[in-house]
Amino acid sequence: MDVLLLSRIQFAVTTMFHILFPVLTIGLSLYLVILELLWLVTEQEVYYRMYRFWVKIFAINFGIGVVSGVVLEFEFGTNFSTFSQAVSNVFSPLLAFEVLTAFFLESGFLGIMLFGWERVRRSIHFLATCLVSLGAIVSAFWILAANSWMQTPAGYRLVDGRFMVTDFAAAIFNPSLLARMSHMTIASFETSAFVVAGISAYFLLQERYPAVFRRSLGIALIMAALFAPLQVYLGDLSGRQVFKHQPLKLAAMESHWQTNTTGGASFSIVAIPDMNAERNLFSIDIPNGLSLLVTHSPHGKVRGLKEFRREDRPDVFILFWTFRLMVAIGFILLLVMVWAAFLWRAGRLYQNRRFLKTLLALHPLGFLATEFGWVTNEMGRQPWLVYNVMRTEQGVSPVALGNVIWSLSLFLIIFLVVGTSYLYYILKTVKRGPDLSSPIPPVQKPAGMKSLRKARDKTRAETINTTDKRYLKS
Amino acid sequence: MNLITIWACLIGLAILLYVILDGFSLGVALLFRTTHSEEERDIMMDSIAPVWDANQTWLVFGGGGLFVAFPLIYGVVFSSLYIPLLTFIFGLIFRGVTFEFRSNATRKRPWNLAFFLGSLVAVITQGLTLGGILSGTKVVGGRFAGGPLDWLNPFSITVGLALIAGYILLGSTYLIIKTAGIVQERAYVQATRSAWIVLVFQILITIWTALHYPPSLFNWINPPRVYFIWTFPLIGLLAFYKLIISLKKHREFLPFVFSVVFFFAGYLGLIASIYPYFVPPGITFQQAAAQQETLRLTLWGVIIVLPLVLGYTVYSYTVFKGKVGTDRYY
Repeated sequence: MDVLLLSRIQFAVTTMFHILFPVLTIGLSLYLVILELLWLVTEQEVYYRMYRFWVKIFAINFGIGVVSGVVLEFEFGTNFSTFSQAVSNVFSPLLAFEVLTAFFLESGFLGIMLFGWERVRRSIHFLATCLVSLGAIVSAFWILAANSWMQTPAGYRLVDGRFMVTDFAAAIFNPSLLARMSHMTIASFETSAFVVAGISAYFLLQERYPAVFRRSLGIALIMAALFAPLQVYLGDLSGRQVFKHQPLKLAAMESHWQTNTTGGASFSIVAIPDMNAERNLFSIDIPNGLSLLVTHSPHGKVRGLKEFRREDRPDVFILFWTFRLMVAIGFILLLVMVWAAFLWRAGRLYQNRRFLKTLLALHPLGFLATEFGWVTNEMGRQPWLVYNVMRTEQGVSPVALGNVIWSLSLFLIIFLVVGTSYLYYILKTVKRGPDLSSPIPPVQKPAGMKSLRKARDKTRAETINTTDKRYLKS
Repeated sequence: MNLITIWACLIGLAILLYVILDGFSLGVALLFRTTHSEEERDIMMDSIAPVWDANQTWLVFGGGGLFVAFPLIYGVVFSSLYIPLLTFIFGLIFRGVTFEFRSNATRKRPWNLAFFLGSLVAVITQGLTLGGILSGTKVVGGRFAGGPLDWLNPFSITVGLALIAGYILLGSTYLIIKTAGIVQERAYVQATRSAWIVLVFQILITIWTALHYPPSLFNWINPPRVYFIWTFPLIGLLAFYKLIISLKKHREFLPFVFSVVFFFAGYLGLIASIYPYFVPPGITFQQAAAQQETLRLTLWGVIIVLPLVLGYTVYSYTVFKGKVGTDRYY
């Protein structure tokens, strides 16, 4: 055990814990935007009740996301200060822009979103929901720009070991940003859609609050039906992007040792890679599969691991399997949506218990796929911090081993406590179900000019009352 | 004004806003154990629940700004203060999660404790961090070269204790604005007591800094700074006097204002006595600064976005203005 390894483990632990929460924040905030829009447009109470139920889960989730996210900004300095000092000219503005354009936006309007019901007009409240959602996506953009820059660095030149900016636009919109950004955003939407679907299925199975949860499930399934196939396509796009810019990483993800000279490269469905012997101990292959996948031609050349220096290779076993597990989950979720489509055509979407049980059982899979995807992405960057430029061991902080042992142990304990409490309170909130009885906050009058508007509002209220009564009678 | 100075001011502003805004949030939490009534705790919590996250974000901005503008300082300080800074984070984690967990909990006691202890740890470690920086950092070749506990000494511990009193002052004067009845009555007493303690600490630390960190003493008695540096303690004393008067008169808004001025005077006095050595001794802002292009581009971002941020922050405070009522929602 050394400072480098422990620092890496600590960063892995803290990011892998953190990422679970933004995924749901990004997806659930979009879902809330949809619900509030539906409420404002249709004025049906059910959408308001749905919003109030899902926002409780959103709030708990958001809180943990915030506190676990601050950790990461600190760790760049505490654990990888040499890296931070070297790359700061290019890298740090991306983080600063994240704070400026995303964190402030989210935290500034979250208060109104959660506590402002009786204090602002409905349109302002809706705006707050939209801005929180926008903030979540903008935040993802900047952090993915920073991560993608480490994977496919651009827009810089090296001067005495320091990265100097030559072109900011090129650094931000580096070659892998768009593929990674779209893949991650849709992953968040898809994961959240399945979480909402799973919880809704739980209530429908128990036949509690069917009016609320049929709608919840319906909207979630529409989202999932859009995003599940899109995600498979974007996954393919990401894979080809890796093939183009990080061929060694792709070879490791596929455990592809030998460059194909004659004929196509085969795709291994399963394999047991042996890094020392530089071959697969066992594998089930599809001939020409890999060439077809990444080059879209049956005999396209795919460079094998052996073309690259041993000391530059990432861990093939981990990459091969995390990548496959992620892809498998993507396809499982796609299959569920195919099943949903059949049920929908038969008009049995909300009645088929086996389907509802499946949704409930599979609802955490999106989180798993996200974690597997990130492990593939980050372990695949090894042994580099900045791909092909700065090695990981060159970036670690000059701190004592004891420091890192101490902090890693505390992180593990704290995340265990916080994570367990999180699950406990989420389950508790879910089990309590939606609140259907508390009064809907009245329509707020804009501040000021009260006396002037009072008279007008009074007449308007009377008109609405009569319309309501007429509506109820018919 | 060159880019480097502008950035130094920006980071200074972010830290000041953080200290004041999160200062009162943390201060309210530090007062959490001065009552046995869950209802009163609810009121205290509700007074900061809509704004604590935005308040805390100024810290992230200050840290991010340091990373952008002075990467050398960011790297050195964060390595040398590894233990207090991560302990600070641990404290913030428990403080932050309590907002969500406590409101959903049937048994509130563990979260009351987590809220108090998390905030207490966060406050003390902030003081240790500041005290640690002022105690000097061993730097060789642009990298931290000291030991893991260099920051721990009587001076930094004293700064940590001083911050507890300081944040209690901010928290209690904030509670005076946001609450009524018994919570407010108690806050008047708490504010008065903490104000006196803060005064003692301010005097003690000002003298100690001068002895602890020689360039500071030099600045206090030599031109050019001798011509203006003494105005800061004078402003501080005046603010303290007005604070005590306003508390006696049971004014609602003024005590918070004067507490902030009191803090501000101490903060400026400190900066005036150590500028430009942020990581004393030996590193200046000029040496530590980032590339001009980076400073310029990010500054443009700040110029465009920060006014908006300030705008909607003020808006958010006006939305939640007034006493904490019973509209517990979300």
